Amino acid sequence: MLKISKLVKRYGKGDPVLKDLDLEVHSESIVAIIGASGAGKSTLLRCINRLVEPTSGTIELNGIDLTALRGRELRAARRRIGMIFQSFNLVDRLTVMENVQSGRLGYIPLWRAVARRYPKEDIRKAYELMERVGIAHYANKRADALSGGERQRVGVVRALMQNPEILLADEPTASLDPKTSAQIMELLRSLSRELSLPVLINIHNVAEAKAYSDRIVGMRYGRIIFDAEPAALDQRAMDEIYAGIPAEERGEAGDAAALQVQPA
Amino acid sequence: MSPTPDTWRRPPMISNPWLRYGLVVAVILYVVWAFSTLPIDWQRMSEGVTRAQRIFSGAFPPSFERSNLLISGFLESIRIAILATVGGVFLSIPIAFMAAKNLSPLPIYLLGRGIIIVARSFHPVIVAIIFVKAVGFGPLAGVLTLIVYSVGFVAKMLAERIEEIDWGQVEAMRAVGAGYLSTVFYGVFPQIMPRQIGLSIYQLDSNLRASAVVGIVGAGGIGSTLANAFGRYDYDFALAITLVIVGAILLSEAISGQIRKRIW
Amino acid sequence: MVGLDSHPEEWARYTPRQRMQRFLIYLFCIAAIVWSLTSINVIWEWVYDAPEQMGDLFSRMVPPDTRNLGTILWVLVETVNIATLATGLAVIVSLPVAYIAAQNTTPNALTLWLGRFILVSSRSVNTIIWALLFVAIFGPGIIAGILAIMFRSIGFIGKLLGEAIEEIDRRPVEALEATGASRFKVILYAIVPQVMPVFWAVSILRWDINLRESTVLGLVGAGGIGLILQSAIDTFNWQEAATVLLAILALVVLGEIVAMALRRRII
Repeated sequence: MLKISKLVKRYGKGDPVLKDLDLEVHSESIVAIIGASGAGKSTLLRCINRLVEPTSGTIELNGIDLTALRGRELRAARRRIGMIFQSFNLVDRLTVMENVQSGRLGYIPLWRAVARRYPKEDIRKAYELMERVGIAHYANKRADALSGGERQRVGVVRALMQNPEILLADEPTASLDPKTSAQIMELLRSLSRELSLPVLINIHNVAEAKAYSDRIVGMRYGRIIFDAEPAALDQRAMDEIYAGIPAEERGEAGDAAALQVQPA
Repeated sequence: MSPTPDTWRRPPMISNPWLRYGLVVAVILYVVWAFSTLPIDWQRMSEGVTRAQRIFSGAFPPSFERSNLLISGFLESIRIAILATVGGVFLSIPIAFMAAKNLSPLPIYLLGRGIIIVARSFHPVIVAIIFVKAVGFGPLAGVLTLIVYSVGFVAKMLAERIEEIDWGQVEAMRAVGAGYLSTVFYGVFPQIMPRQIGLSIYQLDSNLRASAVVGIVGAGGIGSTLANAFGRYDYDFALAITLVIVGAILLSEAISGQIRKRIW
Repeated sequence: MVGLDSHPEEWARYTPRQRMQRFLIYLFCIAAIVWSLTSINVIWEWVYDAPEQMGDLFSRMVPPDTRNLGTILWVLVETVNIATLATGLAVIVSLPVAYIAAQNTTPNALTLWLGRFILVSSRSVNTIIWALLFVAIFGPGIIAGILAIMFRSIGFIGKLLGEAIEEIDRRPVEALEATGASRFKVILYAIVPQVMPVFWAVSILRWDINLRESTVLGLVGAGGIGLILQSAIDTFNWQEAATVLLAILALVVLGEIVAMALRRRII
């Protein structure tokens, strides 16, 4: 269980990006965080695994306060949090297998990392997961030889290799075409069920958020102003979350569900 | 279905194992052999430490007592660099035209390339000792050396630029009935002038550096002053000269970088 | 033909201000050249004499004397060894220097300045000057030559490598930090693969340059083919000097071909 309370993040002396934010996420659910750019979605996600240092407040993951950790303890905590990125953040010049195994770097000794002699169980696990997401035949290919959707699958497997207790996804489909992005969302949903893993997804596309999540959190100017199941997200709530934002930037276009049924 | 594999090897850069291990062994053997041929005299090496101490204690603090010697040596280096740049740049224009594939018949092209290769292959110090023997000690040998050095670089770069020119402009000149020289002056020169000016400034900078070095073998300038100071064990004066050379190089690098930035 | 005479009859490429600027720049250049020509310490008779002297010298070089070819080739191999070993050692030393001289990997401001100091001092002192110093310390020989080339190369390789580290894509680094990997493993998996192409290109380029530089070390007593050249010239044995010069030419051209082939294979 993830429990965030009174989280504040302020860059420099400016207005805080996150203002006294409280959020609880329970197991095995997909939580979509929506909001305009600059609402603080990305900062919130990065505060959880401390890629961004919170100014104040606490973040507890299964009873451990992440904000108090330093050095080795912090790294141990990060292993338990998988993260997926908008631009995949793979190492282009390494093979898919090396990228996938880099999710285990926190666990394996240095010499194995240097010599690329990964433990047998890690390799088996990697093949199983790659088989599950459909990229096992790419194990020896370089990451930059893959298409966008395939690269994001590598990113997903890398995060799952960590044996995470929670998965964070920062705009995981924003760089993908609608069809591929629907596939990735579907994959995240089914993986969440199979591994009973809570998944926190920042998402720009409201249609996708509605179609694939169990709960939607709407953010505006560093605060949560909407938190309910997808069905409750009506036009009034949308207007409140995106007030003053031009319609084309609201992420209502590119309706993923509609795309699947409509003929091209 | 076959069981999930639990071993993985990074695909090697060279797929043929014989070649791969052969290369590794060859490199190791080479390094071992190359080190074994070094006549390492440990006693001489250990004496080196006390010598280094003596040199450094003799060098500190640097002595600027004979600063008029330093200044006159330095001015001479500047004069050598200026004259060599002018001579080298002028000489490099016809050589570059000879060595441009699109303007010259094959025999002339080969001759031009040959001149450039010879000028580039010999380190200026080697050229300098030959000129010192032919025309005697002093700045004349330095100027001649750096003319050769400039031709090696400027003519090569210029020839490459000429090979890339927009051929349409040349044809336009021919179409209006211009002769060879006017074609060159109006069709080719305007296209290569910016590059030539940039190259000249760059070459002035590198000639200044090189003039400090060729002086060591007797071709005039600050290098001769430095070699004399070293030969007379005046390490404090030698350090002062070295510091001035380093300062001048940094300064001229900065100036030439600024000028080239403005021109391009 | 109406209005034709309203057009100016004179055409100038530049405005008066630009022309003034150009004029001043030309004037400055010409003044610099005139100053150099009039104050340089040259006996002008020697200049007129120079072509004849050069012709005379070259005529004394033919035919090249190949009696010592065995020794010359052996020393040539030694020269290659100097360049190769020195490049290899410089590469090893320049790795940590590049690491602390790159803004995004250096541990703190002090190490950043230490790194930059090492790079600048290595780069601005020429190989020959380094060689003079090491010959004075360790005595004449190959060791001084290797050290000289190595000290000069550290700055060159370290600078280019440091710039490559500063230009890497930050995103994979972020991703690996998020997996809980230690600093060293992040460097190994996210930074090293990204700078590898630059690393090879720079090492090969420097080896090519070092091959040229190692041919002159002997002139200040730091080993290699330059030693033979110097003694041939000192004893006016121009025919042997010609052989040595041809050998150097062949070596450098061959080195350039090898470097080009390596670059194509690896990158």
